Amino acid sequence: MSADPNKPSLFDKFKNTQFYRSIFRTGVPVVSHRQRMMVMLNSVFLHLHPVRLPKHAVKVRYTWCMGGLSFFIFLVLTVTGILLMFYYRPTIEYAYGDVMDLSQQVPLGIMREIHRWGAHLMVITVWLHMFRVFMTGSYKPPREFNWVVGVVLLVLTMLMSFTGYLLPWDQLAIWAITVGSNMAGATPFLGMNGPGSSLLSIGDVNFVTSVSDARFAMLGGRFVGGGALLRFYVLHCIGLPFIIMIFMIVHFWRVRKDGGISGPT
Amino acid sequence: MEAFPVPLKIIMEAVKHFINAIASPKILFNIVFLFYLIVFPPFKFFQRIHDALGIDRLWTKRGGIFIFSLMFLAFAFGLTDANFRLIVLKPDNVPIVALLFLVVFFLWFAMTQAKENDEAIAKGDKPKEYADSREKVLVFPDLVYIEFLCLIFVAVLLAVWAIGLPAPLEQPANPTVSPNPSKAPWYFLGLQEMLVYFDPWIAGVVLPTAILLGLMCIPYIDKNRKGLGYYTYQDRKMAINTFMFFWLVLWMFLIFIGTFLRGPNWSFFGPFEYWDHNKLEVLNNINLSQYVFMIWLKQGMPSNILLREAPGFLVLAVYFGLLPAIFAKTIFKDLYQRIGGIRYSIFVVFLLMALALPIKMYLRWLFNIKYIIAIPEFFFNI
Ligand code: HEM
Repeated sequence: MSADPNKPSLFDKFKNTQFYRSIFRTGVPVVSHRQRMMVMLNSVFLHLHPVRLPKHAVKVRYTWCMGGLSFFIFLVLTVTGILLMFYYRPTIEYAYGDVMDLSQQVPLGIMREIHRWGAHLMVITVWLHMFRVFMTGSYKPPREFNWVVGVVLLVLTMLMSFTGYLLPWDQLAIWAITVGSNMAGATPFLGMNGPGSSLLSIGDVNFVTSVSDARFAMLGGRFVGGGALLRFYVLHCIGLPFIIMIFMIVHFWRVRKDGGISGPT
Repeated sequence: MEAFPVPLKIIMEAVKHFINAIASPKILFNIVFLFYLIVFPPFKFFQRIHDALGIDRLWTKRGGIFIFSLMFLAFAFGLTDANFRLIVLKPDNVPIVALLFLVVFFLWFAMTQAKENDEAIAKGDKPKEYADSREKVLVFPDLVYIEFLCLIFVAVLLAVWAIGLPAPLEQPANPTVSPNPSKAPWYFLGLQEMLVYFDPWIAGVVLPTAILLGLMCIPYIDKNRKGLGYYTYQDRKMAINTFMFFWLVLWMFLIFIGTFLRGPNWSFFGPFEYWDHNKLEVLNNINLSQYVFMIWLKQGMPSNILLREAPGFLVLAVYFGLLPAIFAKTIFKDLYQRIGGIRYSIFVVFLLMALALPIKMYLRWLFNIKYIIAIPEFFFNI
């Protein structure tokens, strides 16, 4: 902040260096219409957005920013999750101790907190986003399919959270997952305790047993043990994020292709 | 508690006892259901009550102040109680308390904008989003700055939350000692609550699948082309009234019950009640087939399974086979004509599946019915 408004500040000078301009292609200062448009077009990240939008669409009271926040929290979870992976080993011997060390040994160890509370928060923002989309009728044509993609994202978000729930390997974790996975054991036909499973047999040979049913596939074992921990870990850190990213890409692409944020006609 | 003078204390205790007394699933569900029927009336009868009470005054600034003062007061009152604090301030329950306030806030926020727009439309004007939508703004800087502020806000919120509230870590996992109650993650507690009334294959597999498929079907069933891109209630009353039943009653309310009011043995506890492990609810439920053969016909149970469960199958056939046809001729006549046979059938089947839950609740409370169809031999109980 220099006293003379016409005198360029140090930052302004920096913006004119070859170095700065090699990173941000748009010239400085960004004042003209054209330059503001170029900021959007020149950046691979901002380029997710259109260049211009109807005014109602940028208002918080219309979108509540909920879709954007869901995505932002997802990014926060990715970063903190990667940091957690440095310390965490998904085996029965180490998991609990590693999580304990995270808060007691690691300097500034609030990554686990951010990751856990962020995960809760993401489920909430995704639900509220769905609620907003419903209340503005934004699922109506031409956005029907993006709503369907959204429902898939909702499921994936909850599955991400569910698989993460097991990883601390404390009492809360294994018993919550036990409750959840018992339901898989009741899947019609495919679960050992599900209706119709006993029909899938030849003579005395049952095909759906405690070591071959849906619950076993989910847990990698007959109960929540080391197999389940490894399975949930891989799904939580690699499998589901991979799938959810693909669906997010489709989701964002479709928001643009379906004509941008919905609005009155 | 010591901070309050004695007469006030007595009144507060009385209020708590009263709330605990009425907080049983039977009473609470009816209160919430009635609330829903009046605020989002799906039938003309309740519409009249809705109008007489002037419910839509809730969707104004003053209504908002009213709702939130009430909620905060109730919450502050609750916090004076040790049992209430124990449940509500449990670290993992904090987000669900936040959810309660957020859901109500955004409901109010959406409905208030809807009311403003509806009033404008009634006068022949356009909704307020319309004027805005004619004006284009540049995303940089207008939107990018708003997004940036939102990000900062949430980042700060998360950081403060993370520093202030350590993530809990319980005893190391022990497969031989199961905690009581064992609860699923909070977003699945609605499903776990349904386990009280249905077997796992329905509560945990069939109904969740139906919820997701039903959600995906919404855009294809709702043929109303009005109400796209602005908040409105009058232009899509039926869609909103139906949705609110799922969203507020079957989704949110069940989660809140499962989180805050279900204790050891999945017994029900009032918000100010101590979670007593010895509290056992007496269950002497009987199946529909037993009702029919043993109580009405006064004979033994037939040995043939299909014959034994014939009454249940009949009920089910009527429920899913006959009711849709009857509805199409009566209460849903307009709807049927508007959206056609296929959409109508899909809609009604999902609706009946959802209504099966309250119906099963009432059957349980009024007649102690356990299963409509009970074939434990094949794990096929409904
Ligand atoms: C991981 C979860 C999700 C993310 C990150 C996400 C992200 C977004 C974003 C950034 C937008 C742009 C507008 C806005 O912010 O509101 C959007 C729009 C939209 N989302 Fe999502 N979403 C998610 C889940 C869902 C769900 C669960 C649904 C519905 C079931 C849904 C349906 C839609 C629809 C229909 C639009 C277009 C809205 C319009 O044009 O007004 N999304 N989403």
